[in-house]
Amino acid sequence: MAAEPLVATAANAGLVIVSALCVLCGYRVIVGPTVPDRVVALDAIATNVVAIAVLFALKTGRGLFVTVSLVLAIIGFLSTVTVAKYVTEGDIIERRE
Amino acid sequence: MAGPIQQWTIVALVAVGTFFLTVGTIGLLRLPNVYNRMHATSKPTTLGTAAIFLAGFVYFGPGGAGMPSLIGIVFLFLTVPTGAHMISRSAQKIGVPFLGSVTWPAEAADGGESDGDPDGESAE
Repeated sequence: MAAEPLVATAANAGLVIVSALCVLCGYRVIVGPTVPDRVVALDAIATNVVAIAVLFALKTGRGLFVTVSLVLAIIGFLSTVTVAKYVTEGDIIERRE
Repeated sequence: MAGPIQQWTIVALVAVGTFFLTVGTIGLLRLPNVYNRMHATSKPTTLGTAAIFLAGFVYFGPGGAGMPSLIGIVFLFLTVPTGAHMISRSAQKIGVPFLGSVTWPAEAADGGESDGDPDGESAE
């Protein structure tokens, strides 16, 4: 189905703004003084990319990209938890001796 | 396909979501500490992405791709605070210093937990 022009315009504007926000979060990824700063910024970028996928689904009118955004949300959460555990423990899966 | 009320609802939800994402990014860039930055990113980002997911639900309806949008909202509300909590705990274990007179809640008082965090900065 073809997207309506009003919805497509709003989705386009949202895509431009959220992409610019991803670039601004990249500043904190590069500059951030500690490792958790970078992890927080990457988590924010992951959530922004989820929003970008939903906006792209609104722009093109294809519902498939909502599923893509769900997968991206799962990957972002897993990567955040993994890096948090790795920073603390020095290992991701703890071995029991 | 979508009526005018539906279209303007979608436009309003996208505007609200973009506003909240902008606020979260400004907080990420300008606040001074890891804990404050996490406090700034987790909540507004969740709200903004939930608003954009709601726009997807309004657009696609409950039959097609609307239900994955609602599942995405539930998933975000479950996972983003969990991830932020784990990052804050690992940052405290690494030894990232707090601002001013802020202390970790377990160390604040010996008997009983302290309810009044000075800034409400942790565990969000």
